[in-house]
Amino acid sequence: MFDWIHYFADWLIYGVFQLSEESKLGTSLNFFVYDTLKILILLFVIVFIMGIVNAYFPVERLRDYLQRKKLYGLEYFFASLFGSITPFCSCSSVPLFIGFVQGGIPLGVTLSFLITSPLVNQIAIAMFLGIFGLKATLIYATSGILLGTFGGWFLGKLKLEHLLTDWVKEIIANKANAASFEEEKRTLVERLPEITREAWGIVRGVLLYVIIGIGIGAAMYGYVPEDFFEQHLSKDKWWSVPLAVVLAVPMYANVAAIVPVIQVFVAKGIPLGTAIAFMMATVGLSIPEGTLLKKVMSFKLLMIFFATITVFIIISGYLFNLIL
Amino acid sequence: MTTIKILGTGCAKCKSTYNNVLKAIEESGAQANVIKVEDITEIMTYNVMSTPALVVDEVIKIKGRVPDVSEIKTLLG
Repeated sequence: MFDWIHYFADWLIYGVFQLSEESKLGTSLNFFVYDTLKILILLFVIVFIMGIVNAYFPVERLRDYLQRKKLYGLEYFFASLFGSITPFCSCSSVPLFIGFVQGGIPLGVTLSFLITSPLVNQIAIAMFLGIFGLKATLIYATSGILLGTFGGWFLGKLKLEHLLTDWVKEIIANKANAASFEEEKRTLVERLPEITREAWGIVRGVLLYVIIGIGIGAAMYGYVPEDFFEQHLSKDKWWSVPLAVVLAVPMYANVAAIVPVIQVFVAKGIPLGTAIAFMMATVGLSIPEGTLLKKVMSFKLLMIFFATITVFIIISGYLFNLIL
Repeated sequence: MTTIKILGTGCAKCKSTYNNVLKAIEESGAQANVIKVEDITEIMTYNVMSTPALVVDEVIKIKGRVPDVSEIKTLLG
């Protein structure tokens, strides 16, 4: 499917620019051109498809589903699944959180949604698909959704409602009257130009990060020694997973930039499980997200939330290394 | 006079919505009062979960996406 990009990259780098196929610069640049084009195409396609999905299932409808249906424990799974199909924007996380608890959805279920939303999002999926292939992407998405399910369930069991900030408690106590919203009545075909425009806007927004990430990756690929990481962060060292995760939590990197770099780590000997755990910790937890959530959670709750997810990510990292 | 409120916590999408609203008003010559609502407690009184949202005379018309200038013009009538 992507063969033509290979031909194009070969033609451009080895033909037009006259670089040798043996040189480090030549292979690095070829890798850069190929990866960038492939990923941009995948990004556009996936964001476009998700745009159509979201036109049918806006987040309000998903919330109503969770509100109305008796799901017998499966609500954590559904909340997590919905979190993965909703486009994530850190500035929406607070309104989403309030909207859920206001609608009477339990805190644990809300947190399931909140955990998965940044972890499994359209950009992460497109990047993963482009760089690691279908199998790794399915493993990543499934484990992200399961992590949200169990993480939310566990946090729900802890009964942490009293640790929400005061104004949130107030909102829960006296449910605000919902303003009326005129449902969109336009057909999908009428909405397609707008979905296309939005998909293009998202791709343009992450373009720079993709180029930076692939650029760093391509540079490292050519220059980092083959077994560099193998010696330092290999599978048999028990502390490699927790170390990778703890290092990644405070880091805030755009998911589009981090995946190409991780690819190089994997190519140079870091086990895929450790790499996935690292990525989950980078995109799932970050200091900027923490400061936003501080509006709805007390410091103690925020710490419990972060600590729980960190531990769950470490556990899944070990699991990946066992099965992959 | 129409009152237009733009709900959003100050992210990039909210800013482009605001700019589009201003442009739509300028182009159509409509009389409207534009208010930016950035306070999260006030936003939540509209029960909106995805920002930016556009409220025309206290009715939520658009949420979770950036409307373009021509669409806002139709909303203004």
